[in-house]
Amino acid sequence: MNAFATAFDLLLALSLLWSGARALTVTDLFRAVVLFIVFGLLMALAWARLAAPDIALAEAAIGAGLTGALLLDAVGHMRAHKRER
Amino acid sequence: MRPLMRLLVRLRILALEHLLLRGTVLIFSAAFGLLMGWAMLDLPAPAVQLAPLVQAHIADSGASHPVTAVLLNFRGYDTLLEIAVLLLAILGVLAARGNDPSGEHHMQDTPQPVLQLMTRGLTPLMVLVAGYLLWAGAFQPGGAFQASAVLAAGVVLLYLAGLLAAPPTPGPLLRVGLTSGFVVFVVIAAAALWQGALLQYPPAWAGALILIIEASLTFSVALILAGLFLWLPNEDEEAEE
Repeated sequence: MNAFATAFDLLLALSLLWSGARALTVTDLFRAVVLFIVFGLLMALAWARLAAPDIALAEAAIGAGLTGALLLDAVGHMRAHKRER
Repeated sequence: MRPLMRLLVRLRILALEHLLLRGTVLIFSAAFGLLMGWAMLDLPAPAVQLAPLVQAHIADSGASHPVTAVLLNFRGYDTLLEIAVLLLAILGVLAARGNDPSGEHHMQDTPQPVLQLMTRGLTPLMVLVAGYLLWAGAFQPGGAFQASAVLAAGVVLLYLAGLLAAPPTPGPLLRVGLTSGFVVFVVIAAAALWQGALLQYPPAWAGALILIIEASLTFSVALILAGLFLWLPNEDEEAEE
């Protein structure tokens, strides 16, 4: 049981680092926003593993949900603006 | 030929500099990250043990979940200022948008039947979940912010599915709703000032006061969060006008 928990934590940490690095280095903005949402959800899992369920709820709702929606809105506006030009 | 060679040499030097800069930044951030990880594993024991202190006084606080007790009673002043910051954010968004109530209600114009059916089914459930999160915040993880996030997500979902037409600027009733959470919190804090210090709820009423504050906060913060999405300055509209 303990080995399973350690393996899960290690996998979670690695995927957090990987999705964060990919979100910063990918060139397509839409993909970057999707990776950011994925990072937010993985972060919520990490908070849950650290026994902080209130922060996990807030991270999932506001960090991944609301900020993701606002960023997608911004990407859409940028694309429309570019098309008008 | 000469200027071309000079240009090529300059470009190669720039590329090398760029690579060196990137390499240096990468090495420094990796070293910093590793040092932070090592420091986290090697923290000294904290000087003040806050968790037992909270547990000792939690019976007087009005909530049996320690996080809610700290957020709304022991450190209620911080929550009050957070709500003020959120209110300032939505005021900034509304100020950037301008005050033109004659504009049309804007709505998504490509209705999708499956999405609309699903949204109609989900919205009552979301309201129920938000109400439960608000109530359960007193004794388990939950509380006002989580409930308001669920409500805001419901409003945004209604708007995106084409079931809710967002007004161009909030009318007077919406404005009252946006500010009511902060106003209720300030009024209760000021009323506590008469009895003793600021935000010192009398222990007999602490549970009821916390519930009233949390309910008005849920309503208000849900409107603020949904408003941040609905009232972002829309460049397409300005271009059309």
